[in-house]
Amino acid sequence: MRDFATSDFFYLMFAARWTVALTIVSILGGGLIGGVIMLLRVLPVAPARIVAIIYINVIQGTPLLGQLFIVFFGLAVFGYEVSPWSAAVVAFSLYAGAFLGEIWRGSVHAVPKTQWEASASIGLSTLEQLRYVIIPQAVRISVPPTIGFWVHLVKNTSLASIIGFIELTRAGQIINAATFRPMTVYLVVAAAYFVICFVLTRLSAQLEGNLRVAR
Amino acid sequence: MSLVEIEKVHKSYDKLEVLRGVSLNVDRGEIIAVIGRSGSGKSTLLRCITGLEPVQSGTIRFDDVQVNAPETDLRKLRQKVGIVFQSFNLFPHLTAERNITLGLTVVKKMALAEAKEIARKVMVQVGLEEKLGAYPDMLSGGQQQRVAIARSLAMSPKLMLFDEITSALDPELIGEVLRVLAKLAEDGMTMILVTHEMGFARNVANRLVFMHEGEIWEQGPARAVLDEPKTPELKSFLGSVLV
Repeated sequence: MRDFATSDFFYLMFAARWTVALTIVSILGGGLIGGVIMLLRVLPVAPARIVAIIYINVIQGTPLLGQLFIVFFGLAVFGYEVSPWSAAVVAFSLYAGAFLGEIWRGSVHAVPKTQWEASASIGLSTLEQLRYVIIPQAVRISVPPTIGFWVHLVKNTSLASIIGFIELTRAGQIINAATFRPMTVYLVVAAAYFVICFVLTRLSAQLEGNLRVAR
Repeated sequence: MSLVEIEKVHKSYDKLEVLRGVSLNVDRGEIIAVIGRSGSGKSTLLRCITGLEPVQSGTIRFDDVQVNAPETDLRKLRQKVGIVFQSFNLFPHLTAERNITLGLTVVKKMALAEAKEIARKVMVQVGLEEKLGAYPDMLSGGQQQRVAIARSLAMSPKLMLFDEITSALDPELIGEVLRVLAKLAEDGMTMILVTHEMGFARNVANRLVFMHEGEIWEQGPARAVLDEPKTPELKSFLGSVLV
């Protein structure tokens, strides 16, 4: 047993970088998947819509922890050894993709139907309507719920600790095992999460303000 | 051959039949005013002509192309048929100029400089040249509606459809929009306008069509129809609007 030292603090901060890294990569991966899911949901192609709905229901209807286990342990059974980092990135991207896809679909549907009619009546195709008229307006609507989900994702990355990925929470467990100062350790851990999320929500406010000015 | 040939068109939303066998021919250069109570199918008829609403039976032909055929390229059709809506429906995130050039650059693949030239021209036509850089929410209702007309005109349509375009405007803004329409009429544009402006219909339209319960109930030269309504339905309708 030893005291909670400055080096422990820096160890936690170092691990926090992995929390941030996992969040950013999952946001990018999830954003890509979410974009595709949103398109499949809004385009007038029934089979595509059904595929997207099944995907969204499976991801939203099962626990994130279970998804992590399936990617990490499940793939190993079939001989695909994946590192905790890769498993976490895949699982969180799939997870974020379903939720972001739904958020963005909702934003697209929140743009008045008359905008679709007006853009159709000057001859734009469906994809052109989305690109030039609908999505630019949907983006503004989607900013608060999107950043809200990102914040949610930051906190959920702590689940990756369970498959052995050393991020902020896992690092906290390790330091706690050595120092047995749970209050100190987990308060620092919580504060670190808070700071990351706070930065994100500030970004959201900023972005909303900018979009309002830039239309 | 007429520019628009509508034959025995039936249209329903679920069980509600909105159009019950409408037939109407519109010649090039003709100006047709469509009047009738709300729910009589006037707006639906316009929306069917530009393919925004599918019909259950009958045919709609524009410039010898059948609108309601599955193989018809509606994108091509819509470049030739402009429609202006009651609620303007400008794109709020784009300037007046971009609202107008969007269809030109994206659909007609025109160079931006050329498109801007046309935008200026049509904005002059509706008397709003100085508002090219304005966003829709910086414009009054009347100005927004004139930009919406300019946006349609920019595509150089052969037919313009106007769906109660002054109904959402404050009374003092109606005149500026009607003046634009009157000028278009003078220039020989073929137009079908659904309107409640009886005075305007009387002065500008060649033909007046009265719709009632999804059918064309009465039609003829505007003045004659307004002054000597033949059916009790039109009489009672005219009695209920201020002429």
